[in-house]
Amino acid sequence: MQNKLLSESKHGNTKNFDVKDLKVALLFLLPSIIVFSLFIFYPMLKTIYTSLFLTSTGSKLVAFAAIENYVTAIKSSVFQTGFESTIIFVLVTVPLTVIIGFLLAFLTSEELRGMAFFRLIFSSTMGISVAASSIFWQFMFNPVNGYLNKLMLFLGQKPIGWLTDPKYAIYAVSFATIWMNIGFIYIIFLGAIQSIDSSLFEAAAVQGVKKTYLMRKVIIPILSPTFYFVITVSIINAFQAFGQIDLLTKGGPNNATNTLVYQIYQDSFINLNSGRASAEAVILFIIIVVITLVQTKFSESKVHYQ
Amino acid sequence: MIKSNKWQIGILYFILIVLALLYILPILSGIMISFIPGVDYLSGSLFPKSLNFENYVKAFQNANVPRMMINSTVTSLLIVSGQLIVSSLAAYAFVFLNFKWKEPLFFIFLMTMMVPFEATFIANFQTIKEMHLIDSYFGMALPSLASAFSTFFLRQTFKQIPNELIEASKVNGFNHWKIYKDVVMPISKQSLITLGIYQFLGAWNMYLWPLLVSSNNNVRTVQIGLRQIQSEEALTEWGVVMASAVIVALPTLIILYLSQKRLQEGLAEGAVK
Repeated sequence: MQNKLLSESKHGNTKNFDVKDLKVALLFLLPSIIVFSLFIFYPMLKTIYTSLFLTSTGSKLVAFAAIENYVTAIKSSVFQTGFESTIIFVLVTVPLTVIIGFLLAFLTSEELRGMAFFRLIFSSTMGISVAASSIFWQFMFNPVNGYLNKLMLFLGQKPIGWLTDPKYAIYAVSFATIWMNIGFIYIIFLGAIQSIDSSLFEAAAVQGVKKTYLMRKVIIPILSPTFYFVITVSIINAFQAFGQIDLLTKGGPNNATNTLVYQIYQDSFINLNSGRASAEAVILFIIIVVITLVQTKFSESKVHYQ
Repeated sequence: MIKSNKWQIGILYFILIVLALLYILPILSGIMISFIPGVDYLSGSLFPKSLNFENYVKAFQNANVPRMMINSTVTSLLIVSGQLIVSSLAAYAFVFLNFKWKEPLFFIFLMTMMVPFEATFIANFQTIKEMHLIDSYFGMALPSLASAFSTFFLRQTFKQIPNELIEASKVNGFNHWKIYKDVVMPISKQSLITLGIYQFLGAWNMYLWPLLVSSNNNVRTVQIGLRQIQSEEALTEWGVVMASAVIVALPTLIILYLSQKRLQEGLAEGAVK
């Protein structure tokens, strides 16, 4: 009996707070709290504060500017193109990565001979860094020797400047990004599909239920928390994509791939205008928060937790 | 899992083989180019005539690749070990201690996941600069030493530890530090390894932060080294660039292959539920 009471007070959410526990807890939490304060909360506040000032090239605050940094950023055509390409990038990469990752996991979920091999292949991009992946893709996009243009010639089409033509560059970078991110999404989905109770599938097989029906009515609803997790993570990552842009296009051609993150980086570390860069960072932060909230609201009705 | 008949299995294999080939094409082409000597590449050859390691030798000799591999290893191990300790301590408090402000504190941890890297890196760079930690392993690792994701992940693991065990340890006179160190951590070894591998992949692949805080070859990681090699040689020595990319990808690919099953089971458990 006493044991049970104790266990409830330790694991449950009863309100019997222990003063001794508070001291120990603070000690155990202290390292995390210090790092979070120093490298997440303080810099966040500092970025908001800096965004309200004009700054010198040495990042010194020169004069209070209220929302001037925001106004000049939003009015500039570079920012507007950057905003557009960021949105295109997110809208292209997130759904395709999630759908392809899910389908590959679904196709390889059956325990058949040789499946382990396919699972290794499809998860492999998780083990290749953005930098190495970008270099592999830079060659795929190579105007002369790359496979994509070889394919275009084979199909009787004109070769395309994948990374040098402003019309195509953002799609080319998006395509490479989808490939880079499939590995992680695939592993998450595969683990989730395999943890579904297999008696469910046996029952479905006995009743002669079609696979597509099974997928739509059983698997996808059961996996809705996984979809929610994967979509949220993908959206946040897509807004932060940096390495592939830095290595493949450096924001070009003609700012076609100059996404918001890349502009923040350039404004703060190349143009040395941290006031402007901070304002852009705050704008991007607000966009991410709003989208995450909207997505959470939207998926509340769709996600079923078991 | 889902049982198919023979015909369906045949079609499935066919589809999977085609998809797998398309999927690894960028890697395969990279490996092929890495074996073609510079002269042959310039004359338009795209398939290696033999296993020629010339580009690999050049990558190791010219481009500082070995030093950068060491730098990446040290930085990643620093991040992983630091993060496992810092996060497991926090997770212990959230699971086994009952204290005031537990929920608001937990909510604050949750909030850190909402703050994107770009909202912090400008100021973080200045902080690291003021701490004189530019061009140091510690400067590269410091902002990543605490992680809300790792804390949640370990919280899920710790919750599964039977409470009788904790109570029995208390009866034996263990204090919380000893329970953490000698009971909870050893029991959770498997989860710690899974999380450690996952975070190692992430740390090894970090790009923007090391780019900002490392300016010389003594601490620069391989990812930033690749950027340098690419900008210096991409026009002339594709083979060397590719060989470097393959060398950089290899350690994490091997780790992934060895631990793929562990990750797919562990991450589904920890991340989603």
